[in-house]
Amino acid sequence: MKKTFWISILTFIIAASFTSIARAQQPIPTPSDDQVNYIAHQLYCPVCANTPLDVCPTDACRQWRDLIRQQLAQGSTEDQIKQYFVQQYGARVLAEPPRTGINWLIYILPPIIILAGAFILFRALRLWTKPVSASSFSGSNEDAAKDEYVARLEEELKKRN
Amino acid sequence: MVADFGYGVIAIAFLVALYSAGAAIYGERTKSADWIESARRAMLLLWPLISISAASLIYLLITNHFEVSFVYEVTSREMPTYLKITAWWGGQAGSLVFWSWLMAAFASLVTLRKWDRDREFLPWVIVVTSITTAFFLSLVVFYENPFAFFWQGPDGKLITDAAGNAIKGMLAPMAGASIAIPQDGNGLNPLLRHPGMIIHPPMLYLGFVSFVIPFAFAIAALITGRMDDRWIRITRRWTLFAWLFLSCGLVLGSRWAYDVLGWGGFWGWDPVEIAALMPWLTGTAFLHSVMIQEKRGMLKQWNMLLIILTYSLVIFGTFLTRTGVLSSVHAFAQSAIGPAFFAFIGVTFVVSVALLIYRWPDLRGETEMKSMLSREALFLLNNLLFISVLVVCFWGVVFPIISQLFTGQTVTVGPPFYQTAVAPLFAGLMLLMGVAPLSAWGHSSLKTLGRAIWKSAVAALVITAILFSFYTNNLIALVGFFLVVLVLLVTLQEFWRATRARSKATQENFALSFWNLFGRDRRRYGGYVIHISMMLMAIGILGINLFQVQTQGTISTNNSLSLSGYTVKYDSVSQFPGPDGQQVTRAAVSVYQGNHYLGDLYPRIDYYATEQQNMTIPGDRSTLKDDLYIILVDWQPTSANGATFKIFVNPLVNWLWIGAILFLFGIITAAWPDRDAERVPARVKHAHQTGSKQSSTAD
Repeated sequence: MKKTFWISILTFIIAASFTSIARAQQPIPTPSDDQVNYIAHQLYCPVCANTPLDVCPTDACRQWRDLIRQQLAQGSTEDQIKQYFVQQYGARVLAEPPRTGINWLIYILPPIIILAGAFILFRALRLWTKPVSASSFSGSNEDAAKDEYVARLEEELKKRN
Repeated sequence: MVADFGYGVIAIAFLVALYSAGAAIYGERTKSADWIESARRAMLLLWPLISISAASLIYLLITNHFEVSFVYEVTSREMPTYLKITAWWGGQAGSLVFWSWLMAAFASLVTLRKWDRDREFLPWVIVVTSITTAFFLSLVVFYENPFAFFWQGPDGKLITDAAGNAIKGMLAPMAGASIAIPQDGNGLNPLLRHPGMIIHPPMLYLGFVSFVIPFAFAIAALITGRMDDRWIRITRRWTLFAWLFLSCGLVLGSRWAYDVLGWGGFWGWDPVEIAALMPWLTGTAFLHSVMIQEKRGMLKQWNMLLIILTYSLVIFGTFLTRTGVLSSVHAFAQSAIGPAFFAFIGVTFVVSVALLIYRWPDLRGETEMKSMLSREALFLLNNLLFISVLVVCFWGVVFPIISQLFTGQTVTVGPPFYQTAVAPLFAGLMLLMGVAPLSAWGHSSLKTLGRAIWKSAVAALVITAILFSFYTNNLIALVGFFLVVLVLLVTLQEFWRATRARSKATQENFALSFWNLFGRDRRRYGGYVIHISMMLMAIGILGINLFQVQTQGTISTNNSLSLSGYTVKYDSVSQFPGPDGQQVTRAAVSVYQGNHYLGDLYPRIDYYATEQQNMTIPGDRSTLKDDLYIILVDWQPTSANGATFKIFVNPLVNWLWIGAILFLFGIITAAWPDRDAERVPARVKHAHQTGSKQSSTAD
C-alpha cells in the first residue's frame, strides 16, 4: 500500500514535469489584431507626424505593426516592445516625451504658470475685495434670498424693457 | 492672360491697402478729414479688387489652366466643378487670397457703420485692418503667388532649380523660356473633398478674421486714449460672430475627422486642431470678461490683453498651419513665408503690448470687488481656467519645436498629455458654469450661494448615485456626470425662476413669459442655452473618451465579429468607380443586437489613383445611446474570402453633435440684434469730428 502510494506520487511528479515542459515548449498563439493595436495605439508613426501607429495606413506602418505582432509572438512585453521602437526610431514614437532632461519642462512649466496665475489672481482678489459687513446678510432667510433674487431679476428685466 | 490680370489686380490691392493705412495715419496726424475719408474709400476699394482677383483664380481653376502652378496642384480634369471652386482654399496660396478677401470684406463692412459717436476710432481701425490685409496680400504677391506659371526651356523640358523643383513665376526665368502646360493636374487631396472639409476652412477663417475687428477697435481705443467700454460695446456682436464661426469651424472639423479619418474619434489633439482651439479659448475668456467691464467697469487692462492675445493667436494659428513649422523647424526655415509670419506676429504683439503698457494707468477699474464669490470674481476664475487650458495647449504645441531646435531631438506631445492636463481644468470650468449663474454682481456669500444651489446639487448627487448603481463605477465619469447634471439643473432652474418671476410681474402666461425672456435679455439666456449645449457636448465627450470599446478582425463572408452586444456579419464586397474618379471598394455588413436585426451598413475604401491615396469612410449606426462605427481596414486586402474590419462602439457620442447644434442656436440667440443703431449703415460725413466722447447708452 505504502509502495503503491509512493509510486503514485512519483508518477504524478513525472507526469506534471512533462506536462509543464510540454506547455513551455508550446508556441505562443498568434497575437490578435486587438493585442497588436493596443500597443500600436500607444506608439506614433515615425514617418507621418502625429499619427498613431494603429491607424496609420502607410506600408511602413503596416510593417511596424507586423513587427509588434512578431515580438508579441516571441513573448516580448508591452514595455519591451515600446523600448525597442524608441531605440530604433527615437523618442518621437512615444505619445508623450520621456521624463528625462529638458523634457521635464513639458510637464513642469504649465503647472508652475497655472499656479502662479492662481496665486496672482487670489492676491489680486484679496486686495480688491472689500468685505461686505456681516449685517448685510444677518437675519436673511431663504425667503429673503428668494425675494432678493426676484427683485434683482425684475429690476434687470425692467432695465432691458 | 487671365493669370497676369489676376496677379496685377492683387498687386494693386496690396498697394491700395498700404495707401489706406498710410493715408489714415497721415490724416489723423494732420487732422485732415479728407485724408481719412480717402483712406476709408481705399479700404472700401480693397474688397472689390480682391474679389476680381479671386474671380480670375476661380476661372483658372474651373477651366483647367494647369500651366498655373496652383491650379495644377489642387485640381485635376476629373474633379467636379464645385470642388474646383472650393479648391480655392484647398492649397496654401489660394487660402491666403481667401483670407485676404474675407478680411477686406469685414474691414469694408466695419467702415460702413455709423461713425458719428466714435469718429476718433475710425482712422486707427482702418490702419489695423489695412495693415493686416496688406500683410496677407504681401504673402500672396511676393511669396505664395497662386497665379505663377510653370516654365519650360527651348528644349521643351521643365525648368527646375538645383533641388529639382519646378521654377514658378510670372516672368520667364531665362531667355527663350515659354509657359509649360501639363496635361492634367495633381487633384485636390481626397481628404479635403468631404462636405465638412469644404465648409470647415471658410468657417475657421471667418472666425479668425472677425476677431481682427474687436482687436482693431481695442488698438484704436489704446491709441486715442478713450478708455471707456465703448470699443467693447461696438464690437460685442463682432466678437460673438467670430466666436460663432470659430466654434462652427471646430465642430465641422471634428465631424470631418469622425467621418473621414477613420480612427473612430473626433479630436486627436493634433497641433493643427489646437491651433484653431487656442484663439477660441482666449475668445471665450474675453466674452465672459467683457461683461465685468460693462457691468462693473473693472478689468479694462485684462480685456485689452485678452483681445491682443486672441489676435496674436489667430495669426499664430495661421502661422503654425501655413509654414510647415509643425512638421519640422527646418521646413519653417525653408518656408518662404515662415520668417515673414514670425516677424509680423512679433511686431504686432510687441507694439500692442507697448500700447497697453503706455495706457496701463488709464485703464484702472472704476469700482472694487466686494466679494470673492461675486459673479465678477467667479468670471475671473473662469478666465484663469481658460488661460490655463491655453497654457497647456500652447506649451504642448510649441515644446516639440523647442526640443528640436535646442536638442535636435524630435518628440511627440500626444493626447495623453493634453487629456491629463486639461481634464481637471475643464471640470473646474463646468463647476463654475453651475455656480456662477447663481451668484450676483457685486456680492454673494457662501450662504446665499449654498441656498441657491443645494436643491440642484442634491438632485445631481441622486442621479449620480443612480448612474453608479446601474451604469458605471468609473470615478472620472461619475464626477463628470455629476457636474453635467448640476449645470443642467441649475440652468433649467434659472429659466424656471425667471419665467415665473416675469409671469407674475407681467401677468403673461408661462409660455409667453418664457419666450419673452429671450427677447428681453438675449445675451443672458442665449448664454444659458450655450451652457446647456456645452453639457450635452460634455456627455458625448465623456462617453467616447471613457467608454469607447473596439475590436479588429479578419473574417470571410457570412462570418461575424461581436462587440459590446452587437454582431456584425460580413455579407459581400463590391468594387465600382465613384463619381469623383475614385475606385470604391464597399463591404456590406448586417448588424444584429442579440438576434434582432438592426440593418445594413456599408463601410468603404475610396482609392484615388492620381493621388495614390485611400480614404476610409466608416459605416455608422448612430443612436442616442451609442454609435456602432465600422471601418474597412485600408491596409489589408479585401475580398469575399477575407476582409478586415475594425469596429468601434462609441457610447453617447451623438450628444456631442446634438449639443453642437444647440450651441449654434445659443450663440445666434445671444448675438441676435436688439433695437440697435450700430448696424444702420450711414454715409460717413466728411467733417472729422474729433473729441466726440459721448459714452454709449446702446446695448
